[in-house]
Amino acid sequence: MDIQPILAALRRHKAGTILIALQIALTLAIVCNALFIIHQRLSRMNEPSGVDEANIFVIQNLWGEQYSTQEALERIQEDLAALRQVPGVQDVTPSNQYPFKGGGWDNLITLKPDQRTETTDASYFAGDEHFLGALGEKLIAGRDFRPDEVQSRGLREKMNPSVAIVSKPLADKLYPHGDALGKSFYAMTSAPVTIVGIVDVLQRSDVGTWSVPYAGESMVVPIRMAMPWGGYYIVRTKPGQLTAAMRAAPKALYAENRMRMIDSKDGVLSFAEVRHRAFERDRGMAILMSIICAVLLAITAAGIVGLTSFWVGQRRRQIGVRRALGATHRDILSYFMTENLLISLAGVALGVLLTFGLNLWLVTRFTLSVLPLTYVLGGIVILLLLGQGAVFAPALRASRVPPIEATRPA
Amino acid sequence: MFAYYLQLGLRSLKRNPVLTALMVMAIAFGVAASMITWSVFRVVSGNPIPWKSSQLYNVQVDDRGPQYDDPPNEPPEALNYTDAVALMQAHKAPHQTLLYDIGPSVLPQNPNDLPITAYGYATSADFFTMFDVPFQYGSPWTNADDDAHASVAVISNELNKRLFGGANSVGRDVTLAMHTYRIVGVTNHWDPKPRYYDAYDGMEFYPDPPQVFIVFNRAIDLRVGMTGRNNCGGPPMHFSSDEEWLHRECAWIPFWAALPTQADAQQYKTFLVAYAAEQQRAGRFHWAPNVRLRNVTEWMAYKKVVPSESRISLFVSIGFFIICLVNTIGLLLAKFMRRSSEIGVRRALGATRREVYAQFLMEAAAVGLAGGVLGLLLTVAGMQGVGLLFEPDVARLAHIDVSLLVTTLVVAVLTTVVAAFYPTWRAAQVQPAWQLKSN
Repeated sequence: MDIQPILAALRRHKAGTILIALQIALTLAIVCNALFIIHQRLSRMNEPSGVDEANIFVIQNLWGEQYSTQEALERIQEDLAALRQVPGVQDVTPSNQYPFKGGGWDNLITLKPDQRTETTDASYFAGDEHFLGALGEKLIAGRDFRPDEVQSRGLREKMNPSVAIVSKPLADKLYPHGDALGKSFYAMTSAPVTIVGIVDVLQRSDVGTWSVPYAGESMVVPIRMAMPWGGYYIVRTKPGQLTAAMRAAPKALYAENRMRMIDSKDGVLSFAEVRHRAFERDRGMAILMSIICAVLLAITAAGIVGLTSFWVGQRRRQIGVRRALGATHRDILSYFMTENLLISLAGVALGVLLTFGLNLWLVTRFTLSVLPLTYVLGGIVILLLLGQGAVFAPALRASRVPPIEATRPA
Repeated sequence: MFAYYLQLGLRSLKRNPVLTALMVMAIAFGVAASMITWSVFRVVSGNPIPWKSSQLYNVQVDDRGPQYDDPPNEPPEALNYTDAVALMQAHKAPHQTLLYDIGPSVLPQNPNDLPITAYGYATSADFFTMFDVPFQYGSPWTNADDDAHASVAVISNELNKRLFGGANSVGRDVTLAMHTYRIVGVTNHWDPKPRYYDAYDGMEFYPDPPQVFIVFNRAIDLRVGMTGRNNCGGPPMHFSSDEEWLHRECAWIPFWAALPTQADAQQYKTFLVAYAAEQQRAGRFHWAPNVRLRNVTEWMAYKKVVPSESRISLFVSIGFFIICLVNTIGLLLAKFMRRSSEIGVRRALGATRREVYAQFLMEAAAVGLAGGVLGLLLTVAGMQGVGLLFEPDVARLAHIDVSLLVTTLVVAVLTTVVAAFYPTWRAAQVQPAWQLKSN
């Protein structure tokens, strides 16, 4: 196909050509970045938590009174005993937080006690010897806490756990050679904390963007926290008994002691609900970007159809002349297809620049990561195919213009 | 003439229904996407107290040294107990207040009912005047109550309804976290969004208004639990009791000063620097004074109160709208140029360029108006689903009002007319003689 005449014709339709190319360029820029945002958000939403999600629920229990540490500890023991009596409950642990809670407790981690800047930051879980069992966590190295290791502490009481179980990402960050077990670190403590166990995955409590550099880095210390105002109970049920146990658990707690507050709306949450709430922003973003991408591609395609149809209508006489001079249906069809391909190529060339420009701006303003090339290549393919698809119907109509048109006045 | 052009425009639009529908839909989708994201953006970025946002200042003092500043050179975002109390006592601003989050239990009047949690603040008397809290019954407590560590409380009208059925409860007692307080005031509904005065604790979009307020000094005496953010991110520190924690350099108390004029603010800043220098001389700080004074708008910008999701969605939607407009330019161009011969006839019969402009811009305005009306419907429909797109605390703030509806229509019409400038200009350039001849 000779592209010389096509270029010559396009020169006579500068404005239309530029507008289509511009539209393709802008569409490429937005679609690539939107797809990238969608992918990032979806992969965040689908990260495994490390816990037995199908069978876990969490109770936020607030005391009606402000208890001393000793009183609170006694109440917690009574509550745990009551919860263990609930039919279907497999295990239960008190904790200061749980994965994907949003916000929560984190400690700066150093390798030496006098280190000025931290090595990393870890989500700080306080749990007893039932913690791993109640969450359904699996040790990949080392051991669980022994009951005699578990200390009871009130808020702001001196906490100096001698041992900890850490998540694999934290172990690898501290000891990249895979020999973390038995080694120690400092977590805003005066004495070293020895790693006695490593679990594969234990997601952090916070889900904010600030903690992205510390993704998956968590530690568990053998401490039964007695907060003056209350705390969380993480309950694991036998398979299939989650709903029944979730209904029965608060009743059992109230029956045991009425001086407590369990919010009717947020007090008892299944882990599915926890996950749902944690990623509301991400899900919303993914949905919005998907809608915008879909509508955008549709509008761009419609724009190409509209403008090409107009050109076809305008050039009926010329097409007739070409047909009269011996051009086949196929020649006319391929003329318009090639014309669109040329415009699209110019559009995506400009679009690639815009795409990276937009990405650069998002990176600096919103700390998004740099767009991988695959997205741009994917976007180019999508837009070229879209252009060819959109132009096909008007081009087909053009190829059906009879040679007789050559004799009619314009 | 106007009506005639409009009629011409409508007739021409009817001639190419598909092309017209395409333009109208592009504009409608573009404007609806922009308006839905804008409706969220305007509430999250709004000024919660426009009449005095430049007179209320958040105070920051570096109490842990430059090596722990995060971000660099920035002092912690709240004060520790020692500095907060010292600045209160210095009393260098006409009004000043400090606060921390509390969530005490409230015992019901009827002993058979269960206790409930009431979130609120331990603060000082000036809080209510500085932040313009409206009162339904009674009044704020006084500075004398602050000094006397008085067991008094202000409750919200929501809590008043729950506890006292909405009756005037001033003078009655309420039991918070097992301690008795005398109610001195009941607020009217008061819930500025974003909750700028407690952005430190991430409460910007907390769904419910604060329910209780008690005297800071009394709350400290009774060790009423702090439910907000506690940041001890300085040098590693260890404490074995609440008492010890209280006197360490942990940031947990937002501190505000009301400074009516720029000169007052300047003076207060000088005072803060002097205070920090004094601490340095006393050997408590081992670094040069590093203080900040930010008014409400500066503070909200610094705290990045507007969620980045909201910003990105707004920008992407506007980008989307621009593409829709580019699309419209192309389609209008095609439409107008198709009528070159008609324009030629009109021009030959004596129509001026101006009249051609008027006619075609009217036609574009008609497209814009149709797009705006459809966009309005899409916006209203989309607002029902805004809960899917943004987190619930933020989504519930977005609402449709007259200004949003008017903006939608005006934006649709104006942008379409602007987009039509180039195609119209091209149409007006048509040479009558050439057109007539080629026919």
